[in-house]
Amino acid sequence: MKYLYYPGCSLRSTGRAYEESLLAVFRVLGIDLAEIDDWNCCGATNYMSINEHRAIAITTRNLALAEQQGGSGEVHIIAPCNACYMGLQKTKIYLDTEQGLREKILKTMEGAGLRYEGRVVIRHPLDVLINDFGLDKLKMAVKKPLHDLRVISYYGCQMVRPIATFDHEADPVSMDQVAMTLGATAVDWGMKLRCCGGSMTSTVPDVGQRLNYLLLKEAKAKKGDIMITACPLCQFNLECFQGKISKKFRDDISIPVMFFTQLMGMALGIPEKELGIHRLFVKPRPVTV
Amino acid sequence: MNSGSNGKQPFLHIKREADLDKEFSKRIAKLAHGEKLYGCIQCGNCSATCPLSPYMDYTPRKVIAMVRAGFRDEVLSNSTVWLCASCYSCTVECPKGIKITDIMYALKREAIIKKVYPRNFAIPALSRTFYDEVRAGGRINETWLLTRFYMRTNIFKAIGFIGLALKLFGTGRLKLAEKKLKDRQQFRRMVESTSN
Repeated sequence: MKYLYYPGCSLRSTGRAYEESLLAVFRVLGIDLAEIDDWNCCGATNYMSINEHRAIAITTRNLALAEQQGGSGEVHIIAPCNACYMGLQKTKIYLDTEQGLREKILKTMEGAGLRYEGRVVIRHPLDVLINDFGLDKLKMAVKKPLHDLRVISYYGCQMVRPIATFDHEADPVSMDQVAMTLGATAVDWGMKLRCCGGSMTSTVPDVGQRLNYLLLKEAKAKKGDIMITACPLCQFNLECFQGKISKKFRDDISIPVMFFTQLMGMALGIPEKELGIHRLFVKPRPVTV
Repeated sequence: MNSGSNGKQPFLHIKREADLDKEFSKRIAKLAHGEKLYGCIQCGNCSATCPLSPYMDYTPRKVIAMVRAGFRDEVLSNSTVWLCASCYSCTVECPKGIKITDIMYALKREAIIKKVYPRNFAIPALSRTFYDEVRAGGRINETWLLTRFYMRTNIFKAIGFIGLALKLFGTGRLKLAEKKLKDRQQFRRMVESTSN
């Protein structure tokens, strides 16, 4: 099966290592990805705050481009960023359920020379790994099992909220399952879905950085060796602000935070350079040495 | 965050019924795609699960009550709704199926339309910068997004982030130029042909 791939803006910038490691891992596992040609921003949470119809229009453009490129029948789009994943899903649901809105948006698409028929299925890479590829096959591909590594899975908000398709909305387990398949110990903790505050680390630092402090503090208290996540903004907040946070709260909360695909790549024996490990601020010593 | 209430207790002064906007809740329900907000039983699950409610002037439960009662100006000019980070915890936890996050979005949009959003608050400024960036280029370049955001708000605040920015450039995580859309004019026309 061939998947269309929607990277989103962050995977070309602060979350580059997510794209690098995802592509490397999927290549090794033999999962075929084709990038949607000329994709645009999903609008994230900000666009929706200003103008809803325009937010839906720009996202529909991506869905229409995918249908055009993917041929007839169902077109499966992989969106690795949690915010993009949710934004694309929400748009599809709006178009499926709100007739008036659908007509309006389709007219806009027509004006831009595009057609949207509703044949897309939005997929998360974790969903594809577990339900299409299979954990048994993944286990066989592991070259360097991550024994004795305590992994804290941080899911962030928008992978299962408000639309849970492949994992439980109150207690997701998919990332833990992947970590265990790699040979690691999945640490059970209560904050796997607690919000990191998104862009508030920059806009309202007192609030945003405190939310991240609470998450990092709990991860340390649970004796985690490493945190993994599936969202570029969560990863950026939890990793890149550690210096500011430990200064602000006078507390050592340093812990490596990487994308789950980077951890997978390490266990699959993919060279660090191809996984964007050199882009991390906090070196993942428990894995690299 | 006290930006709207100036530290005053918002409910100590008396508001006359004639001063309330009785149509406000209808407009918000329409903007948020749902009449369900009238089914709110004020149980407070939303406020309990909200990770941001400790920092808000009005908790989510209170916001719903105020919208229904018609406290339009108080809700729209306050920073509370902008502190909603769209984590959707309230939406998932609400026993009455009210899409509270979507109501928060509707309130943000209404505040922008009516031009009464808190001007000195950084979050609406980021949203507007983001919106302009996408409309112009189709994709977000995080370097320029942040630069323009600080220019719009407080350029001196950017100083505290210079060290972080340099590290991001050093690791290739911030770039000056990104790939752009093939036909940005056409994209812009598409956006502008969509009315709200």
